[in-house]
Amino acid sequence: MADNNLSQSTQNASVDKDVLLQVKNLAKYFSVNSSLRKSHRKYLKAVDDISFQIKKGETFGLVGESGCGKSTTGRTILRLYEPTAGQIMYNGVDLSPLSDRQMLPYRKKMQMIFQDPYASLNGRMTVNDIIGEGIETHDLYKGAEKTERIYDLVNHVGLKKEHVNRYPHEFSGGQRQRIGIARALAVEPELVICDEPISALDVSVQAQVVNMLEDLQNEMGLTYLFIAHDLSMVKHISDRIGVMYVGKLMEVCNSELLYENPLHPYTQALLSAIPIPDPIVTRNNQRIILEGDVQSPINPLPGCRFATRCMYKQDICTQVTPELRELESDHFVACHLVEEINK
Amino acid sequence: MGKILEVNNLHTSFFTHLGEVQAVRGSDFSMEEGDILGIVGESGSGKSVTALSVIGLIDEPGKIKEGDIIFDGKDLTELSYKELSDLRGNDISMIFQDPMTSLNPVFTIKNQMMEVIRRHTDMSKAEAKQHAIKMLEIVGIPEAEARISSYPHEFSGGMRQRVMIATALSCNPKLLIADEPSTALDVTIQAQILDLMLSLQKEIKTSIILITHDLGVIAEVCTSIIVMYGGMIMEKGTVDEIFYEASHPYTIGLHKSVPSMSRKSNERLVPIAGSPPDLLKPPAGCPFSPRCDHAMQICLELPAPMFDINKTHCSACWLLHEDAPKVEGIEKGEAKNG
Repeated sequence: MADNNLSQSTQNASVDKDVLLQVKNLAKYFSVNSSLRKSHRKYLKAVDDISFQIKKGETFGLVGESGCGKSTTGRTILRLYEPTAGQIMYNGVDLSPLSDRQMLPYRKKMQMIFQDPYASLNGRMTVNDIIGEGIETHDLYKGAEKTERIYDLVNHVGLKKEHVNRYPHEFSGGQRQRIGIARALAVEPELVICDEPISALDVSVQAQVVNMLEDLQNEMGLTYLFIAHDLSMVKHISDRIGVMYVGKLMEVCNSELLYENPLHPYTQALLSAIPIPDPIVTRNNQRIILEGDVQSPINPLPGCRFATRCMYKQDICTQVTPELRELESDHFVACHLVEEINK
Repeated sequence: MGKILEVNNLHTSFFTHLGEVQAVRGSDFSMEEGDILGIVGESGSGKSVTALSVIGLIDEPGKIKEGDIIFDGKDLTELSYKELSDLRGNDISMIFQDPMTSLNPVFTIKNQMMEVIRRHTDMSKAEAKQHAIKMLEIVGIPEAEARISSYPHEFSGGMRQRVMIATALSCNPKLLIADEPSTALDVTIQAQILDLMLSLQKEIKTSIILITHDLGVIAEVCTSIIVMYGGMIMEKGTVDEIFYEASHPYTIGLHKSVPSMSRKSNERLVPIAGSPPDLLKPPAGCPFSPRCDHAMQICLELPAPMFDINKTHCSACWLLHEDAPKVEGIEKGEAKNG
């Protein structure tokens, strides 16, 4: 059993040229009340000391239930939120202390696709303006070249040339998400953060968008951070997956292995809870039904965040916060009892 | 066991300022006592409107234009408001999708649960309170006696949904309609709620209509399934028939477009091209024809009748007609009313 912890292994990896994004001990707290006395202040610890890395060209999936901090992680990486602590290493450069002006070139390299295709497009702008805005900001193309570029992008995401002069309300949900994707790709990014890009779409349309994201990745060599709560879709699209629970990473592993051999009790429960669209499999499936509710991220209890619902809980779990440990190659788990549980 | 519900040729429309939105266009189905019927479809397929029509909750500008809904021998479309009120919450009750908004935030749980019980039974206040506490215990709310005086905001999403279920079941309904009861919940909480619904169903033998877009939930819970698309029923059958012997191109496409946990993850999904129809101007023929790979001329002109494949399984697709060309994966059936 390897007992080197994550911080060591990430240090080794920082030499690695393949790593595009490395998040070290990232934290984002939101203050809930603003008492003058420090001891009275309450913080919502949306993201609390998480570390992971994404290699060039891969898709890293971030899963978890609502409120676990997966979207906050995505937004903090882009500095849409100021991180409370930790480092965001992009190609070896720490983004967290950069000023807005210094950040600008990185904004071109990192783009985001949002969850809600209805709220994330400005209803008063035409498709042409929406896609062209980033091109103008970063001074990439002008005049006829810019028009050509927009046509090219629109084509790439499966829309037609004549669509560029229309407004968002003239499109269906799936088409709007395509516009959102074209906008993200307009500035030729390297890393795209996809924050639940398909969860607002109809089932039959989801597959269209997922296939398109995969095609674009192959074609342009994009790296994705794919945030979602739909575990079967995440398994489908991701190379590696991180499982979050109330602000903490519980398990990080490559996707095939995670679904075959989940080690953390939360991951095990989460995977067994997915309804499988196959009646025969379902009938023979033994469910792990968790007792109790998710604990609040506001002033969370010490120890493991999952301890309140964990059936293996022991005293140590409520006293010491478990660190992510590498149990097998590229399989990290944050649990004190993981060896005992999976004997 | 007899038929508990029979819906014949139901048409429900909403008359908006843009025109008539034909949300349900002729649905026919029936369910046996003790059945768990799943209605599956995408948003706008008419699944919720079908359920709301059954329980009589279609409000202005909506209207049931045509058809009858026979529940327990009575035609619900002909009942007066008073008669319907006696039925709702008593013989038929409903669980809504969003547990955050379907409880009234300014009344306590006790107040809201007792309102239902007192309306439909002649229990005294004290008896009704005891009954409400018992129901909360059944659905697994700890310290029910103390928690019953709480307000909805003091409960988590999963617990609110439990309260909704407790309220809905408090008068032993014959039919429970659950409209996406677990969609707003997290997967682990969803597993708890589905587990609870199944065990309660076994205990009190209610019939359940479960509406959802999640094929996984359907596979887990239901005994028979209706697949809806564009306001029409595309296919009906038992769970196994819909999952393993699907004969409508839409059902087949739906199965292929969701990633399966057992399949290798690098396998490509097969999406259904195009997008769902606009029900303001529904297509003249089969609603799925513009997106169907096998669409023929007749599909664009005339909606397909239900073709019986066997006693329990039928499908509305022209490919099942005896004169239609053979398509792999789709077995021929007999026309019921073609």
